[in-house]
Amino acid sequence: MAKYLLLKHYRGGPAPVVDIEPMNQWAPGEVDAHVQWMRDFATRLQETGEFVNHQALSPEGTFVRYGGEGRPPVTDGPFAETKDLIAGWLIIDVETYERAIEVAGEYSAAPGPGGEPICEWLEVRPFYGSPPTVAE
Amino acid sequence: MNETLLRELIPAVTGVLVRRGADFATAEDAVQDALLRALATWPTEPPADPKGWLITAAWRKFLDATRAESSRLAREVRVAAEPPPGPTEDTADTLQLYFLCAHPSLTPASAVALTLRAVGGLTTRQIAEAYLVPETTMAQRISRAKRTVSGVRFDELGEVATVLRVLYLVFNEGYSGEVDLADEAIRLTRQVRSMTDDEEASGLHALMLLHHARRAARTTPDSTLVPLAEQDRSRWDTELIAEGVAVLQAALARDRLGEYQVQAAIAALHADAQTVDETDWVQIVEWYDELDRLTDNPVVRLNRAVAVGEADGAQAGLAALEQVDRAVPRYLAVEAYLRERAGDLALAARLYSDAARAATNLAERDHLTRQAARLNGVVRG
Repeated sequence: MAKYLLLKHYRGGPAPVVDIEPMNQWAPGEVDAHVQWMRDFATRLQETGEFVNHQALSPEGTFVRYGGEGRPPVTDGPFAETKDLIAGWLIIDVETYERAIEVAGEYSAAPGPGGEPICEWLEVRPFYGSPPTVAE
Repeated sequence: MNETLLRELIPAVTGVLVRRGADFATAEDAVQDALLRALATWPTEPPADPKGWLITAAWRKFLDATRAESSRLAREVRVAAEPPPGPTEDTADTLQLYFLCAHPSLTPASAVALTLRAVGGLTTRQIAEAYLVPETTMAQRISRAKRTVSGVRFDELGEVATVLRVLYLVFNEGYSGEVDLADEAIRLTRQVRSMTDDEEASGLHALMLLHHARRAARTTPDSTLVPLAEQDRSRWDTELIAEGVAVLQAALARDRLGEYQVQAAIAALHADAQTVDETDWVQIVEWYDELDRLTDNPVVRLNRAVAVGEADGAQAGLAALEQVDRAVPRYLAVEAYLRERAGDLALAARLYSDAARAATNLAERDHLTRQAARLNGVVRG
């Protein structure tokens, strides 16, 4: 098994294939349907024994760095308009890379306005595993 | 009673329940429940008869579980038919459990999880921890695995090879939390060996012992990887090596060679060398040739190229490498190593950098990055 991070971006990555309004412009029922679909998706992955974790991130972020000996950290931002913005992630533990791609493809089909798949781009990134014991 | 001894009783207890007529999936759940209760209560109230305690607790749990779904009549039939647990049947039951848990219809990860729980006697939480997934996910993986094998007859004979493959995976992968998976794999392989008299079970057991012997020397305390050539051989466990060699020799003497015996023979040759310079690379290459004939595995040909490089020089190693598919994991790392030995430091540094990018685990990535940095330093002067 190998773990993969399915990263959801608000911005960045390839150009969207479906032009979708922000969720706050959707009909309330469409928002509910979307949220329920995401919950059901996680439940299905739990049932297949492939679910590890999912989290959503608040859009506001602050950059922080070391400020020097005895000084407070230096902060910058928050930036509302950075080029890339990470919305959240899903972590899965699957048998093959092909399965990770398959799951990401399904995850991207979450419904939007009119119940149509939003087809958002997801970035699939492998985690490092543990080194095998028998190497020679 | 320590936890390992408790775990050793688990497959026999499941076997007793199945012989009394319980279906495997429900029996296994009932035994897991009894195991959790034993872990909670035995430290303060140790039972006089641990196995009897487990059988009673599991059987009660099984009856509770089936009460809801099966008719009273069926239950009464089962209770009436209850035979005494026969000690002579334990071995056969346990071996059947191994076959079932490694059934070819299961994916490798499912077989590993089911084996660790039903045969290894680990709790779902311990298995989840070892593979870094939530307990609920691991529980589902195990339930699905049990559903997959639900149609398999308990007494259907399986192949030892599939069981060994699963145990090899347990030994080779996983993070090991509270339970040491390498120790667990060795314990289970020893048990399979004692039940089957199979040369390859001995081969795998020897292979594990010989690799386990090097464990203390394989990483620094901060888990930096130490390559075989640089390991402090005084830290190798000579007792484990002696046991591994003895198990291997007994297996080889029966003249039914298999891949685990050959891999163990290679590990034994490394173990035999007091210093890296004393390594008998010529013989190691011969064993790799043997392994190549047995397995047709590109990884074997890659490792063979390393051995050829040591036996006959870097150019010979590079020539052997030309026979290997470049897509094989670690190809770049091996080429980097051989290029450095051949004196092409700049190319080696580039290849080490590329190999680091392609690494699938952090320890290897860091090791390869250090090699690249070292060579870049030399190249810059």
